[in-house]
Amino acid sequence: MIQIEYILIISAVMMFAGIFGFLTRRSTLAVLLSIELMLNSADLNFAVFNRMLYPDGHEGYFFTLFAIAIAAAESAIAIAIMINIYRVLKNISVDKLEKMKW
Amino acid sequence: MDYSQFLYMSEELSLLAVIVIIFLADLFLCGKDEKGIACTTEGGECPACGCNFRTVFPVVLMLIHTVLNLLPCCGECCMGTAAFGGMYVHTPMMTIVKSVLNIGVIVVFLMASQWLNRPENRIKMGEFHSVVLFTLLGMYFMISSGHFIMFFIGLELASIPMTALVAYDKKQYESAEAGAKFILLALFSSALLLYGISLIYGVTGTLYLDEIGARLDVNLLSVLGLVLFISGMGFKISLVPFHLWTADTYQGAPTVVTGYLSVISKGSAAFVLMTVLMKVFGSAAFEGLWSVGFFWIIIVSITIANLFAIRQKNLKRFMAFSAISQAGYLILGIMGGTAQGMTSLVFYLFVYMAANLGAFAVLNVVEQNSGKIGMDDYDGLYQTNPKLAFLMTLCLFSLAGIPPFAGFFSKFFVFMAAFNAGYHLLVFIALVNTVISLYYYLLIVKAMYIKQSETPIPTFKSDCGTRAALTICIIGVVLLGIASVVYNYIDCFSYGLI
Repeated sequence: MIQIEYILIISAVMMFAGIFGFLTRRSTLAVLLSIELMLNSADLNFAVFNRMLYPDGHEGYFFTLFAIAIAAAESAIAIAIMINIYRVLKNISVDKLEKMKW
Repeated sequence: MDYSQFLYMSEELSLLAVIVIIFLADLFLCGKDEKGIACTTEGGECPACGCNFRTVFPVVLMLIHTVLNLLPCCGECCMGTAAFGGMYVHTPMMTIVKSVLNIGVIVVFLMASQWLNRPENRIKMGEFHSVVLFTLLGMYFMISSGHFIMFFIGLELASIPMTALVAYDKKQYESAEAGAKFILLALFSSALLLYGISLIYGVTGTLYLDEIGARLDVNLLSVLGLVLFISGMGFKISLVPFHLWTADTYQGAPTVVTGYLSVISKGSAAFVLMTVLMKVFGSAAFEGLWSVGFFWIIIVSITIANLFAIRQKNLKRFMAFSAISQAGYLILGIMGGTAQGMTSLVFYLFVYMAANLGAFAVLNVVEQNSGKIGMDDYDGLYQTNPKLAFLMTLCLFSLAGIPPFAGFFSKFFVFMAAFNAGYHLLVFIALVNTVISLYYYLLIVKAMYIKQSETPIPTFKSDCGTRAALTICIIGVVLLGIASVVYNYIDCFSYGLI
């Protein structure tokens, strides 16, 4: 029997791996991937809470579905902006996004 | 299923109708040039000021929409209702907030007309209007949500198209950089928010805001959920530990979009933060927890934003830091969760909208006609464009809170609400910061009136869209404070924790 703690630990590790990646990665695409990791950890949480603790309803599953769809839309528009930046800079490293600061 | 409950969502439905009409009108009512490219040339332009059908039409539709929504709100017919099993809730206060947002959008549309009529933007004019209205629809859903799914979808519908607006100037590199910074941090904050909501779901087993409020008790998981929720919303309102995207995004985005972002997006998020905190974390134990959190967030927001605003040379960056500090004052209404606090928050939002959009209308028209946005460029503006300089001064005085203008009264009410809730030290620190803010707002006034310049901004005649927008804003700035009927009207419908 898989216990709920195991999955919660996995999701917490995913969440903080995502935050770490967001702060340390230099390529914008890797930053986007880290954010996907964070969103997926929250989705995992919803699914596991629904399955293990509250099996009567389906709210958690539905929230997961909606969150996945929204995350896809967000990635699409983020990548569109990356392409726009690439046209100018020929590079999408986070370090190069420094024209405006302070 | 009872289809009549759709009628409770009349505001959302009428906004959706406006969006569809604008979308179709943009498709079919668009002239073609000799090469067959649609929407590059225009017929029926007013020669005096450059207004045309495509910029006026959305404004007229929004006006009709606003008036229609305000009409039924009289006496008993607008009690609070809920539809779709509590997914959608509606109270009269929400109608007021939505109408304030509507007026803001009308002003933004008016001041955008000259910018939209430039050759490179003409072809995408319809997109601007419909994308702005989609973000507004998202804010509507977010305000009226009774369930976390509805809340989350509304939040994302408000922030994803907003990114497209920030990156609207496709040829300008700054716009794309601002868009990238905005979307990365918006995604990050959404992820934090989602994780917080999932923890709250794990503790209570429901996602209906009212039911969560009844079942939630203080333990480690629910407190972590509260903290993640506040940080996610803090990104949207740009409060200080979460404000790092603000200045860059505001500077790079087109000026019209910056105005939209700084007032309407921020104001709706602040109101939603208050209603959700009151519904979900309304118990006395939680109220104590988030009050301590916001106590420090407000102090840090106001102080740090004021100190950074002093050293800015670019006026859009300057307005960004000013907006962060204004957000701190706005959140002051949340403290204690009283009915008076909610009234003062909505009133503050209304007044702030008039003053800030007025200032942005001046910045925008100067940028469109001369391409200048730096603080030094405004030296001697009074000699060449006395009227614009005067209107800008009125708006800045209102933002700083100088007595005859509405800004004084809105700040006064917010302070009074926080003081009555028992936060005396907080009110004192906010008052001290008002004096600091007066200094940097007067820096611009000094540049316009006193400093001389070799190359001042040349005299120009502004278009009628900007003039109409400025008229609305100045009426708001002057009359909102004096006409007490506005405050009393809002006060009738506000509600608090107790």
